[in-house]
Amino acid sequence: MKVVVCVKQIPDPNSPGRLDPETHFLQREGVEVVMDPGDEFGVEAGLQLAEAHGGEVVVVSMGPERGLDAVRKALAMGAAKGILISDPSLRGSDALTTARVLAAAIKKEGFDLVITATESTDGYTGVVPQAIAELLDVPAVTFAKSIESDGSTLTVKRQTEAGSDTVESPLPAVVSVTAGVNEPRYPSLKGIMGAKSKPLDRLTPSDLGLDGVGGASAGQTITAVEPAPERAAGEVIKDDGEAFKRIADFLAQQKVI
Amino acid sequence: MAIGKVWVFAEIAEGRPVPVSLELLTGARSLGGTVEAVAFAPDAEQAAPELGAHGATTLHAATDPAYGEVLLGAPAAAVLATLVEQHKPDLLLFGMTYDGRDVAGRLSARLGVPVIANGLDVVGDGSITVRSAIFGATQNVSTRFDASPPAIAIIRPKSFAAEPSGGGPATVSRVDIPVADRHKQVRVVGRSADVAAGPKLEESAVVISGGRGLGDPKNFELLEQLAEALHAAVGASRAVVDAGWVPYSMQVGQTGKTVKPAVYIAVGISGAMQHTVGMKGAKTIVAINKDENAPIFKLADLGVVGDALKIVPQLTEEVRARRG
Repeated sequence: MKVVVCVKQIPDPNSPGRLDPETHFLQREGVEVVMDPGDEFGVEAGLQLAEAHGGEVVVVSMGPERGLDAVRKALAMGAAKGILISDPSLRGSDALTTARVLAAAIKKEGFDLVITATESTDGYTGVVPQAIAELLDVPAVTFAKSIESDGSTLTVKRQTEAGSDTVESPLPAVVSVTAGVNEPRYPSLKGIMGAKSKPLDRLTPSDLGLDGVGGASAGQTITAVEPAPERAAGEVIKDDGEAFKRIADFLAQQKVI
Repeated sequence: MAIGKVWVFAEIAEGRPVPVSLELLTGARSLGGTVEAVAFAPDAEQAAPELGAHGATTLHAATDPAYGEVLLGAPAAAVLATLVEQHKPDLLLFGMTYDGRDVAGRLSARLGVPVIANGLDVVGDGSITVRSAIFGATQNVSTRFDASPPAIAIIRPKSFAAEPSGGGPATVSRVDIPVADRHKQVRVVGRSADVAAGPKLEESAVVISGGRGLGDPKNFELLEQLAEALHAAVGASRAVVDAGWVPYSMQVGQTGKTVKPAVYIAVGISGAMQHTVGMKGAKTIVAINKDENAPIFKLADLGVVGDALKIVPQLTEEVRARRG
């Protein structure tokens, strides 16, 4: 089974990024970047399926040069090959452009299964997996809590508002996985050393027949960026053994007791 | 471009529209155009009165029985693309739900038009602009659609308060495009629901959520006891859901539920952005945490630095005593 896993390098979610109020681009300078924590689950899910059914994991990423760190991490975890699509014209790309670029690279590479996270931890649109599936003209099962396969079909537990659905899909397909779907492995020292000699394709949009897809052609313009309104901080007290009474008073004030 | 026609993707559960669909209809009414609903469910027509009462003049109802057995993404997007060509809505609004995101993402790729997600508000004066939250809702960004219509926006639940318009039932316009066989491949073969006692998380006036600071899954019992005394719902942070302590349906946050209760009590929750985006719209916030530097205290109206495992049982007793 050939599994292509999409990964993204993002600003460290613990010290979030900012859009520049002037240029409206992501400020990348001086910001720590990491592989999106959600993507580790996708890489792990791909590796487990490739291990169970034979085959390999190819990891694909779109982003600036620093995106290589995420690709290298996936290679160190056990992926066989990496693809990075990078080009200044892709700066400011929206979800649809991202999906077009990733889908073109995945099509070129060939696949039985594409795995993504449910959404990136910086953009949070959550529409890229389905957009990729539409462009590849294959089914998609999103929000997977578990994936099983007999090699030709998938059985997925899919998150719902109320609980979960059991969903069956033929392959090829796109699956997006939720955090917690598995326990991502840590790259071993041997894996990290071995990653350096694994094949790594570096592509541009024109290599994929996609000239002029990015930024300005995205069909939308950011008109304003502003800090979200902050809540005013209230009173913070140390528990002296009686703090529960203060909380109860507060609840009474709010008329909930 | 003035807004002529707004379509709301109405999700139907057991013949009734889900709350976010009614919220979107309410929000759509302020944009000045015609408001219509489009729904994909075998029993969609039953929802016409309630959708109409919230502002939909017409309900485009796709009622192929297959919609009850498949994932909506591919089949609904394919049919919706045809309907969009026929009826030419200027704006399509989706709720930020599982099916909403699936259909919107697929439709965006199919039509080749951009989609804006995480929307909090839509403004339509000459052009269509969506205000949305980014980076865990630390920044808001306004994005204007420049592509040819339709514009597609995905709006977070509870961005608008659902209010009836006083309108009569929506006129049902039957969609007689069947689901293509190739779109029946992804089948739902089983459904299961997590059982939760007490009021629903999204509707409860008081929500008590627990995080890693509780130390152990069994300590959620303390929250349940307090919730029972307060008639509250129990929620959780992503960290403890990912760790398997409690089911995902209890998760509050970016990837979970958005709640706006009168009082939100965060117990042992540090206040990561992933969580706060789902609860910072609460009227008031109480936080209990051992770590006085926890970011949650910056949001709290009342913060208590202390041991939750001691304070919560004391509070439960106190609430019971005061309630008599």
